[in-house]
Amino acid sequence: MYEKNGEKYFVVDSHSHFWNAGRDNWVPGAEHYAKGWIDCFYGYHQLGPPETHWDYEKFLRPTPEDVERDVFVEGHVDHTVFQSTYLREWYRDGFNTADQNAALLEKYGDRWIVNGRWDARDGEASWTEFTEDHERFGFKGVKLYTAEWNGDSRGYKLTDPECYRFLERTQELGIRNIHVHKGPTIWPLDKDAFDVADVDHAATDFPELNFIVEHVGLPRIEDFCFMAVQEPNVYAGLSVVVGGLMHARPKMFAKVMGELLFWVGEDKMLFGGDYNIWTPKWQVEGLVDWQMPDDEQFADYAKLTTATKKKILGLNAARLYDIPVPAELRLDEAAGAMA
Amino acid sequence: MNDLRARVWRALDTVLDPELDEPVTGLGFVESCAVSGDGVATVVLRLPTFFCAPNFSFLMVADAYDAVSAVAGVTRADVTLADHHASTEINGGVAAQSGFVGAFAGSDQGEATAELDELRRRFFRKAALAGQDRVARSLVDGGAGPDELAATVLGDVPASAELDRMRHRRAVLGLPHGDDAPLLLHADGTGVTAAQVPLHLRRARLQRVGIEANGAYCRDLLRTRYPAVGS
Repeated sequence: MYEKNGEKYFVVDSHSHFWNAGRDNWVPGAEHYAKGWIDCFYGYHQLGPPETHWDYEKFLRPTPEDVERDVFVEGHVDHTVFQSTYLREWYRDGFNTADQNAALLEKYGDRWIVNGRWDARDGEASWTEFTEDHERFGFKGVKLYTAEWNGDSRGYKLTDPECYRFLERTQELGIRNIHVHKGPTIWPLDKDAFDVADVDHAATDFPELNFIVEHVGLPRIEDFCFMAVQEPNVYAGLSVVVGGLMHARPKMFAKVMGELLFWVGEDKMLFGGDYNIWTPKWQVEGLVDWQMPDDEQFADYAKLTTATKKKILGLNAARLYDIPVPAELRLDEAAGAMA
Repeated sequence: MNDLRARVWRALDTVLDPELDEPVTGLGFVESCAVSGDGVATVVLRLPTFFCAPNFSFLMVADAYDAVSAVAGVTRADVTLADHHASTEINGGVAAQSGFVGAFAGSDQGEATAELDELRRRFFRKAALAGQDRVARSLVDGGAGPDELAATVLGDVPASAELDRMRHRRAVLGLPHGDDAPLLLHADGTGVTAAQVPLHLRRARLQRVGIEANGAYCRDLLRTRYPAVGS
């Protein structure tokens, strides 16, 4: 919970990590990929305020104590959703596996939501691993990294037949939230793994599932927005939008937020701090303080109400994840309508 | 020789990042550019991250190779990409003129399955839409309404680099681009009606914001990766 000027904000960080990118976890022969990957993240890390920058060695492998302090003690976060990303081609024990989260789960219970992952290209072995993890962690969501390397494959689409079957099975398990990474342009060969057309297709065919497009498909934000206005079950994950732009490029941040508010709307935007690329504290505080500038170039973008900020910072995600919100932190219908 | 280097640099000015629709020179993607006494041009490109998409990266290196090779006085072009996960394939493929598919044949990075012409066209279509916001914005700010904007043709618009750029994008795509072509145009080349103007302009602006946000990230990440160079 974060309180400012008498207003209380329920904070759900819908996109965070607890990774192990330490050198001893780099796959022999693929060290340059493992290093290149975390170096990309470290580049993004530099886009936050200088006083929040970490030493590179610390950045490689945060400790449970780091997470506790940065997320729950200082970060104002009530509940956080950890997104599993395996990248086993480069990281021996995986980059950010569900298993790594176990220690924190013990300590933080239901404040620590762990999402699973599967890779339909691995067939039944992946499904078995996923369902075993689901038994342990009780997944409410999955993270799909459509650009993940896997043998000769440099990415997949949600519309691939085997992936469709896995989505059906995920739905049968009662898991509703599908986080799809559609982010800054990286690595697939001629395929554009961040083209959002596959989400469009899947969202239509699986109306019971929620599709949260992480990083709002930033290299293709226009494609994402055109799709999201048509699909009621498509949401905008704001990770990278806040962390990468709010401090480094405030004018561009205002334009991107203005476009998202216009096209996608305040009920379908979810704060994500992308820990530990960035810590949540400055992002939460910054968003609460933030307002669309008065400058003429932003004149036809909507101003944010307090209700808008409360929805984006936590209430929207709480709804998707069935997280109970204390009465004093809810937005009653009347306040929402007045806002 | 300095004159020849200047002409090589101008040639590089014509090489675009297809996704950002900006020249590689302005983006800071040219790490070095040198021309030897016997006309060998050596150009090294660099990108904001180690994992920048191979398809875009290949287009830039190949386009730079073609542009530099075509400069009168250049006897040989040696264009390479540094610090990239697919440098070996891309540099080898461009040097051998083997195309994108050929560049990745047998690579342990996997196989490319198609050339990149359609990808390039796709980003040109986006650039042509974003350009409509850039060109129309001053008219809108000047008070032009939907009827007026729907009736505006390119010949009515004051000359500008943006206008030239948009005409060029449209010409490449086979879309109307002469003085009598409508300023506001759908992707299929038909004009935008007055009723469609407000939403069309919002789409054009969203497209522009998207491209410019990508550009902002790329510039910031490049500066993070190569801090000594500054802007």
